[in-house]
Amino acid sequence: MKAGPGLLDTTFAALADPTRRAILARLASGEATVTELAEPFEMSQPAISKHLKVLERAGLISRGRDAQRRPCRLEPRPLKAATDWLEDYRDYWEESYQNLDGLLEALKEKP
Amino acid sequence: MTVAVTTPSDREIVMTRAFDAPRRLVFDALTKPELLKRWHGARGWFLVDCEIDLRVGGTWRFVSEGPLGMKMGHSGVYREISPPDRLVYTESFDDQWYPGESLVTVVLAERDAKTTMSTTLLFPSREVRDLVLASPMKRGVGESYERLDVVFTETRLPEGETP
Repeated sequence: MKAGPGLLDTTFAALADPTRRAILARLASGEATVTELAEPFEMSQPAISKHLKVLERAGLISRGRDAQRRPCRLEPRPLKAATDWLEDYRDYWEESYQNLDGLLEALKEKP
Repeated sequence: MTVAVTTPSDREIVMTRAFDAPRRLVFDALTKPELLKRWHGARGWFLVDCEIDLRVGGTWRFVSEGPLGMKMGHSGVYREISPPDRLVYTESFDDQWYPGESLVTVVLAERDAKTTMSTTLLFPSREVRDLVLASPMKRGVGESYERLDVVFTETRLPEGETP
């Protein structure tokens, strides 16, 4: 069990922070430099860089090779894996809740 | 109407779903064994045994039967019972497929004879929460860890492959 869930653990941990989610949302509309990313937040560049390291380790972003700018880019794959799990959980409960819809209809007809 | 699942903190799962019925009926469907047996479960899992002592400090116990006759028991204690809008209870599983217990808070909001049910599951740790997200249909199954391993393997796509 230990080795297996590592990747998703890292993804969920990276996603658990609101600043990091905001960074990902920003990157969804295109790549950006650290300076550009720091702008909307009241945070120093080193603080933003720390968040970027977490995101990079989780594979959620990649950094460009240009030594000056090192633009950040969204990597959709781990995000997709995390949302797939949510989807699966959702589908299980949706199926159960559809049964409940049926029951509630029956109860309404026969008070 | 479909269920929305969110993870507002790293120890929680929140499910929100609207139902076309007054909340008094929804509350009954959550707390009366004869009604629970008629809807609870999915993907081949059915509630076969359901005992409820509906008072604060009272216990509840569900046994579900799944594919190949597999059984899964879970139980807990009611912490708060405020019909028709709020129900709080603990939940833990017989076979400890996840360690410890979770705290479940159900809130029912009614508007125009429709009910929005919000279920918040608070787990002891992020690891447990993620395990639960990973295996909604595999509860109580001895082989679940093997199947989970398959999921983990599939999750790691080779480099360069598009999702």
